[in-house]
Amino acid sequence: MTTVATQIKLTPEHNARPGASMRSRLQDALPKIVLAPSFAITVVFVYGFILWTVYLSFTNSKTFPSYAITGPRAYQRLWRWTFESDPPSSWYTSITNMGIFGFLYISICLALGLFLAILLDQKIRGEGVLRPIYLYPMALSFIVTGVAWKWFLDPGLGLEQTLHQWGWTSFHFDWIKNKDFVIYTVVIAGVWQASGFIMAMFLAGLRGIDGEIMKAAQIDGATTFQLYRRIVIPLLRPVFLSAFIVLAHLAIKSYDLVVALTSGGPGGSAWLPSNFMYEYTFKRNEMAVGSASAVIMLMTITAIIVPYLYSELRERPR
Amino acid sequence: MLRKLLIGTALGSGLAFAAHAQDVKEVEMLHWWTSGGEAAALNVLKEDLAKQGFAWKDVPVAGGGGDAAMTALKAMVAAGNYPTASQMLGYTVLDYAAAGVMGDLTETAVKEGWDKSVPAALQKFSVYDGKWVAAPVNVHSVNWLWINKAVMDKIGGTEPKTFDDFIALLDKAKAAGVIPLALGGQNWQEATMFDSVVLSTGGPEFYKKAFNDLDEESLKSDTMKKSFDNLAKLVTYVDPNFSGRDWNLATAMVIKGDALVQVMGDWAKGEFNAAKKAPGTDFLCYRFPGTDGSVVYNSDMFGMFDVPEDRKAAQVALATATLSKSFQSAFNVVKGSVPARTDVPDTDFDACGKKGMADLKAANEGGTLFGSLAQGYGAPPAVANAYKDVVSKFVHGQIKTSDEAVTQLVNAIEDAK
Repeated sequence: MTTVATQIKLTPEHNARPGASMRSRLQDALPKIVLAPSFAITVVFVYGFILWTVYLSFTNSKTFPSYAITGPRAYQRLWRWTFESDPPSSWYTSITNMGIFGFLYISICLALGLFLAILLDQKIRGEGVLRPIYLYPMALSFIVTGVAWKWFLDPGLGLEQTLHQWGWTSFHFDWIKNKDFVIYTVVIAGVWQASGFIMAMFLAGLRGIDGEIMKAAQIDGATTFQLYRRIVIPLLRPVFLSAFIVLAHLAIKSYDLVVALTSGGPGGSAWLPSNFMYEYTFKRNEMAVGSASAVIMLMTITAIIVPYLYSELRERPR
Repeated sequence: MLRKLLIGTALGSGLAFAAHAQDVKEVEMLHWWTSGGEAAALNVLKEDLAKQGFAWKDVPVAGGGGDAAMTALKAMVAAGNYPTASQMLGYTVLDYAAAGVMGDLTETAVKEGWDKSVPAALQKFSVYDGKWVAAPVNVHSVNWLWINKAVMDKIGGTEPKTFDDFIALLDKAKAAGVIPLALGGQNWQEATMFDSVVLSTGGPEFYKKAFNDLDEESLKSDTMKKSFDNLAKLVTYVDPNFSGRDWNLATAMVIKGDALVQVMGDWAKGEFNAAKKAPGTDFLCYRFPGTDGSVVYNSDMFGMFDVPEDRKAAQVALATATLSKSFQSAFNVVKGSVPARTDVPDTDFDACGKKGMADLKAANEGGTLFGSLAQGYGAPPAVANAYKDVVSKFVHGQIKTSDEAVTQLVNAIEDAK
């Protein structure tokens, strides 16, 4: 009793002691101090430069930034280009390519990744060898992937040439040189690189599923197909979310893959918006148009990701 | 003003200002001369400066048209980290000069008499606001044909004098089973060839009006349509794999005899030289049919930046060495171009070089020396790139007819102005 009372009595005095108060204040502040540099860096270099880019898009900046606001001319031009489909303006090509590439890349990677993960999850022998084989492409940079696939797909150098030499002379595969199909070669290379990584994510998800649930379903007479469709895939929903976010940002930033694989494609037919942004900002000295296209890209991503995140994350704490 | 204006960008690239203590006996040089012939040519300058005790800090950024190098340069300049000099083309020099980052070489220029010996058309790009800001290294001309002589003999061809002759020659090659025309399907190469086609189809006056003055009437004229039709004809003679090929690989096709001819600027000769081929015996150089007497030029310049005092001495040494007669001769012999000053003796040059020098002199005096639009000497980069877009889309079939191409060309150039 006495001890407790003393302690209670002591506590205010204890708090009032300057040394200890410094210490506890420091302890309170420590997380903030540690986080401050990275917070400041993020604020300046991410959000600060987003604002900077928005600002530039309303100026008439050419080679170098200019500060006088001159109105939304850059946006007007982009808006006009959005509807120039015949012959396609560079911007029209970029955004339609983004649609094709983004959709195919994300959906094929998800489907293929899930499929491979399910196959690998059948308690097969040699999984330890197979898994890294699928995963390693992710360790390569986009440039390496791009160059390797460029050689492989080049009709005079790679697959077509080899098959011709083996005697299959009617074989014809020149997508990489074809303005209408070149974007699909970007999808092929991109899928090759990322699907193994997505597989690993799904595999981790599959391993996290409680075996009891599966057994219970089997006892209830579910077929394998039903088991996966009704139980496993719904349980993998959080993995789908993570995989989607990883793939979506990879799709949007795959500038280097396009450059290494196609150098822009015949007549610029493989451009993605990131290529457009870079071309206009740095090569054509139209910094305002480049900035405006970057802002449009950001808004598009926000429009897709934010509702998705919102709907997914809200349901989480059930 | 500019410093203030660039600080934001400087932060972005995260580069620090380098501190220099005393006179730096070093030349920092940004360029895109990385292919065989080009690298060998630059080595001449490197050795010249080494003799004077200046070290050479190379900043090579590969990529034929210099696009990548220009991006690197912009980042360096934005960070306040100027190189001593950078290889630059045409309007880029003027852009940087207008931004106030270029040095002033007028003193050296007066002492060395550059204003008398450098052609007036070139001074438009190397002198800004009365001040010398760049040292022209060479003059390239774009309207050349490069022909493999063995193949030419095999098919029994002769020098084509008109565009129709040229088509007939290509037909002969096709019949003999060689690839008639070696082309790299990158937009600048296609547009470079189109420069010559326009000059051939419309003549010098037309070229100047359309591609240097950007006169709308000329741009949408029937002559321009005819030029596009002629380009379409040429494109039927390339191999199906041409898209995306680098220019020096296309030159290699001619060197090896896989293809008969390449339409390319005289930098292609550097590749022939590097492969130990001699003009007249291994390969032939003709003016693009129908363009004899005119020269469509571009010129490599060394833009001189406003470097700190301690690096000025090295810069002056570089500029003086660049425009010295001995270097102009030695360098251009290797590079395949012709000297940027007209008072250099042509004794060391081969037949193609001698012809190039004579043509340049004549064109300079006769007023038929025109800037190449594809190479950034006809109009500012935004316009030049819009032009390359249209030509490339026409070559690759996004733009289907010459009518449409002309409309697109007018719109694109109007848009970019």
